Amino acid sequence: MAGPLKIRVNERLVEISSAPDTPLLYVLSDELHLQGPRFGCGLAQCGSCSVLLNGEEIRSCVTPVSAVEGKSVTTLEGLPAWYARQKRLAHPPSLHPVQEAIIDEQAVQCGYCFNGMIVTAAALLAKTPQPNEAQIRTAMNGHLCRCGSYPRVIKAIHRAAEKMHAAGVLRIEPEGAIAETAANAVGASAENEVAG
Amino acid sequence: MSDARPVPWAAEATSFPRREFLKAGGALIVGFSMRGLLGEAFAGQDAAARGATAGPPDPKQIDTWLAIHSDNTATVYLGYVELGQGSTTSLLQISAEELDLDMSHVSTVRLDTNITPNQGGTYSSSSIARGSPAIRTAAAEARQALLQLASKRLGAPVEKLTVSKGVVRVGGTAGETASVTYGELVGDQPFQIAFTGTAPLKPVTEYKLVGQSPVRNDIPDKVSGKYVYLQHVRLPGMVHGRVVRPRGQGVYGAGAKVASLDESSIAAIPGARVVRKGDFVGVLAPREWDAVRAAEQLKITWDMPATLPGSGDALYEAMRAEKTTDRVVLERGDAAAAFASAPHVASGTYHAPYQAHAGFGPNGALADVRSDSALVICSTQDVYATRNTLAGVLGLPVQKVRVQYFEGSGTYGHSCYDDVAQAAAILSQLAGQPVRLQFMRWDEHGWDNYGPAHVGEIRAAADASGKIIAYQYDGWHHNWSAVESSAQLALGTPAAEWRLGAAQQVNPSDCGGMYDIQSVRLVNHQVPGLKYLKGAWLRSPLDLSFSFASEQTIDELARLCGMDAYEFRKRNITNERWMGVLDAAAKAAQWEPRTPAAKLSDAKIARGRGMGLGTHLTSFGGAVAEVKVNQETGKVTITHMYGAIDAGLAVNPAFIENQISGQLVQTASRMLLEEVTFNKTNVTSLDWNSYPILRFEECPEVTPIVVQRLDQKSTGAGEEVMAAAAAAIANAFFDATGVHMREFPLTPDRVLAALRQS
Repeated sequence: MAGPLKIRVNERLVEISSAPDTPLLYVLSDELHLQGPRFGCGLAQCGSCSVLLNGEEIRSCVTPVSAVEGKSVTTLEGLPAWYARQKRLAHPPSLHPVQEAIIDEQAVQCGYCFNGMIVTAAALLAKTPQPNEAQIRTAMNGHLCRCGSYPRVIKAIHRAAEKMHAAGVLRIEPEGAIAETAANAVGASAENEVAG
Repeated sequence: MSDARPVPWAAEATSFPRREFLKAGGALIVGFSMRGLLGEAFAGQDAAARGATAGPPDPKQIDTWLAIHSDNTATVYLGYVELGQGSTTSLLQISAEELDLDMSHVSTVRLDTNITPNQGGTYSSSSIARGSPAIRTAAAEARQALLQLASKRLGAPVEKLTVSKGVVRVGGTAGETASVTYGELVGDQPFQIAFTGTAPLKPVTEYKLVGQSPVRNDIPDKVSGKYVYLQHVRLPGMVHGRVVRPRGQGVYGAGAKVASLDESSIAAIPGARVVRKGDFVGVLAPREWDAVRAAEQLKITWDMPATLPGSGDALYEAMRAEKTTDRVVLERGDAAAAFASAPHVASGTYHAPYQAHAGFGPNGALADVRSDSALVICSTQDVYATRNTLAGVLGLPVQKVRVQYFEGSGTYGHSCYDDVAQAAAILSQLAGQPVRLQFMRWDEHGWDNYGPAHVGEIRAAADASGKIIAYQYDGWHHNWSAVESSAQLALGTPAAEWRLGAAQQVNPSDCGGMYDIQSVRLVNHQVPGLKYLKGAWLRSPLDLSFSFASEQTIDELARLCGMDAYEFRKRNITNERWMGVLDAAAKAAQWEPRTPAAKLSDAKIARGRGMGLGTHLTSFGGAVAEVKVNQETGKVTITHMYGAIDAGLAVNPAFIENQISGQLVQTASRMLLEEVTFNKTNVTSLDWNSYPILRFEECPEVTPIVVQRLDQKSTGAGEEVMAAAAAAIANAFFDATGVHMREFPLTPDRVLAALRQS
């Protein structure tokens, strides 16, 4: 084998020790200690583990880590910086507009599904800045929520779209003023170890 | 309220509390004691030592319930878990209200049998109803103690003191008067006073926080990836575990027996090994993916009897034919005589399937079991009850087992959280090291304690004036399972059922209880559950089944009487709280009177709307649903749902709105899609394809309505509109098609069959 794999996650190139056929999810959770993508079904049915791969939503639970080599993985944690690069903001905001809108709408119940919800909504708005409700429902249809938060998620996506539109109108940063995003990169926090 | 109640120490304010000021490393330590007053010693908990010994901490001590810190914040120790419903924030609102603190001053800790009080389980949407009285009175009592201290410090009588945001002042103004903060008075030291429950509570009219809707404190972390779910927790030195079971449980009474097991089949997976106790089999590996692969690749065969009836008609026939244990739940008047002379009688037999909790993230647990003690981390709704069963499974004294709660995904009742906790503990005990166990999707779907299936036979009668005069309901279902699969498989513990309780039997609140009916007879027929699947409480247990049958029968009576469904209900209800939720839902939906099924059409798409009433054990729920039925394909689309809950004093109305929205969507899912399927051997609905739930594209618009009752005690709001909503959907279908659906879910096949039969 040609040495350990290196993958780019939230704009940081990291060397990993997992075997190449390991699903990306387990690498993100167990090696990089990211808390956005999380186990839901392991079958690509629910969207709990979603991340962006070169800006497209994928299911990390069925994607071998070797398949993302040379590509760019963005997780929930990296969305604000990803947004800043898209919008050429001088500094990444503390939250992506979709995250803010979810808080504003108090859309969350247990919140476990919101990783995938937010990641896919962010990808939707990057491509379709002003989606109508049918477009939102279609784009989000692969994400399940057992608590029944769908109506508020739809409202939140509309709200985020309006906010991004307003921000876009006001944007004055010159091309090229793209922030470095190390601060928002791979979850550097220690494991959530619990002392007995 | 109880303003007039005596405050035990107020009468002796000159001699009590006794204050002792000690200088210790620059920090002012203030202690006071009630020994002199109550004649007994109290072992108040030292804040620093909190967690060092097994709980539950003494509920008669204020320190068990809250602590004041030197930065003028408070930690409130709750006995109820956060399940995504927001109740933690609501309970903190109540605490802050009584203490005259801001929301930013109060926080809590996660449940832990070494730290938090034992308030029983987080069941029946009772966090506020059962959880808040202790929190409220403890906070009020702590405030009294703080005022006594402030009185001494400021040299002013308690009556002259006012509190705002934890700052005690003489008089009411912030001007030049002397002041002291709670933090300065007791900072980080225990109160060491008894909790008598007798402090005066703040009158409702003075509430500043309760009844308002401060935002939930957990949401920012939940959207940013900072929130630590159970699935994120790791223990030092742990390995990853998976259970190996048949795909899909079989008959509860038999469990499953290992027929053959080839440990060498996973020899190629690095570090993977098999652990086994009886018929409990698990795999362990240092890396999670290796544990997943080992569980998949392990060669194992099982003996499982083929004695289940299978899902669908065979299930209902088998249940109906059982020799049952019967109980008359309610008997009033003479139903038989009333039926004999009634001009209008409606009747029907209704069927409801097993449905799954199907948490979005499968349950998991971590365990570190040693020879003389154990730590188990899981998502239980009741840390103390889980500790008891774990102690039994591990053979350890209860006091040697510590259980900590971390939130997982929503559970909506007794899903696999105890089963997975026991499994993790058994794995750790066998392995001799800490284990993190994650159930796979098929473990969760296949080994759930399902909401039991139900058969209902109902008859109701009305007189010529549209008054309901007789009502009879016979219900068949089994009780909840008392022994988890892990204990059953590992220890051979025989399967057993819960004793009959209110939430397991025909529910008078759903079955005609909202109407004034002279003659009523409700009979519960308890089916022997060991011959069926595992069962437990699933959000609004059995209520959807009852109301599906009962409220369709009420609509049928309305039709027979030639009356609008709303008018008919109004004629039969005097309880103002039932009327309140019905009116609220009807008003929101802009209900136009007409007889049910009066606008039938042969068009491909038929539209209808219906209403329903129902609840769980407390509170009041009313709902209206609007549906479209494609009469060619059988597809039912719910376009809009309106749901109203009266849960007494709504502590945080916005949370209840969110709960109502969720209940409406989950009810739509359960009525249209959800059914646990099984053959004679085992369950076959094992993932989101074989057990689909509602998706974005099928989601109705929802209108939640909170009926605020400031003068009524707070009751549950996490499940109390589902029964009403289920009934509203069924009645809307009838309004659209003129056909009563006698079984849910309303899948296209079932709908087409019903339409053809009519």
